[in-house]
Amino acid sequence: MSRRVRLAIFGVGVAGLAALLVWGLAGLPDFGNYQGRYGRIVARSSVPQRKATDAVTVVTFDYRGFDTLGEEFILFISVIGVLALLRTHRDTEEGDDLEVEAIRRAPPPSESLALLGRVLAPLVLVLGIYIVAHGHLTPGGGFAGGVVLAAGLLVLYLTTGRIALRRIRPVETFEAVEAVGSFGFVLIGIGGLIAGAQFLHNFLPLGSSGLLTGGTIPLANVSVGLAVAGGVITVLSELLDQRLLRRAR
Amino acid sequence: MTAAAAATPALTALQAVLLLAVAAGGLAVAATRDPVRQAIVASVFGLLLAALFFAFQAPDVALSEITVGTVALPAMILLAVARTRARAARAGAAGQRTGDGRPRNPGSEPT
Repeated sequence: MSRRVRLAIFGVGVAGLAALLVWGLAGLPDFGNYQGRYGRIVARSSVPQRKATDAVTVVTFDYRGFDTLGEEFILFISVIGVLALLRTHRDTEEGDDLEVEAIRRAPPPSESLALLGRVLAPLVLVLGIYIVAHGHLTPGGGFAGGVVLAAGLLVLYLTTGRIALRRIRPVETFEAVEAVGSFGFVLIGIGGLIAGAQFLHNFLPLGSSGLLTGGTIPLANVSVGLAVAGGVITVLSELLDQRLLRRAR
Repeated sequence: MTAAAAATPALTALQAVLLLAVAAGGLAVAATRDPVRQAIVASVFGLLLAALFFAFQAPDVALSEITVGTVALPAMILLAVARTRARAARAGAAGQRTGDGRPRNPGSEPT
């Protein structure tokens, strides 16, 4: 197929997609003119029913918590899949000395970069903890906060180099964090069963004001935050320099 | 559609600009051939997408997109590319392996 024909097909596809997108956008309700009935119900009921101000989190971690449990396990299974693939390679591969030597011989991160990382990483980590802890009150929650936490740890790795990496021994720790986080959500669900209601029923006292409201919603946020942060950083560190970690043990 | 509702425009100027920027960014990601450059372009695209989500009043989605699209995904791509290249270089140095072990030269393939 010649370049001209390919470009023509591409042009037709792009024009069609653009037309469909513009058509779809034109059909959206105007801002401040929301038509969804369930949105209104949730917005009105989430504070009186659950004492939580972020209606989105109330839906994802309480009213439709089961969906979120499924999403969390999608991530869990993906991480296991990636690790299984990478570790099979690790055990069968030969001639890794070259790569390990290359990493060892790589120059250490510059002083300014290391300093920047040491300043930036704690700030990002605190932001991540904040987003997880306030998931039921402000936009955010376990998923967003969990990735922010993982990003903070990644900044720390990339700027401080392999010595810090070796000292923390991250892979085992983050594997455990991911497992605890994923299983924690299931435990919260089972807690609803033990309390005499259905799976994932909000069985904790709802509180009235402050950080500890919403019953099980903050707990579920923390558990998902741990699972997401642990999962992302496990995959990243497995890709980063698994062989070096293995040598260091 | 914008002219009809004068009081509350369906699309603010910021949203329109961001939509166009995201469209251009998506094209740029697809048009970049070298995987390493593509990861960086995808990172910028992730930032644009996050700004778009924010402009359409989805701050929680924007928050996730900032870290996933701008940090986690490009980092994973870069690390995977680095590992693949190291393996290919090793295979090339050994001079024995063929097939998937042969050294690649991304960025030079004709479009």
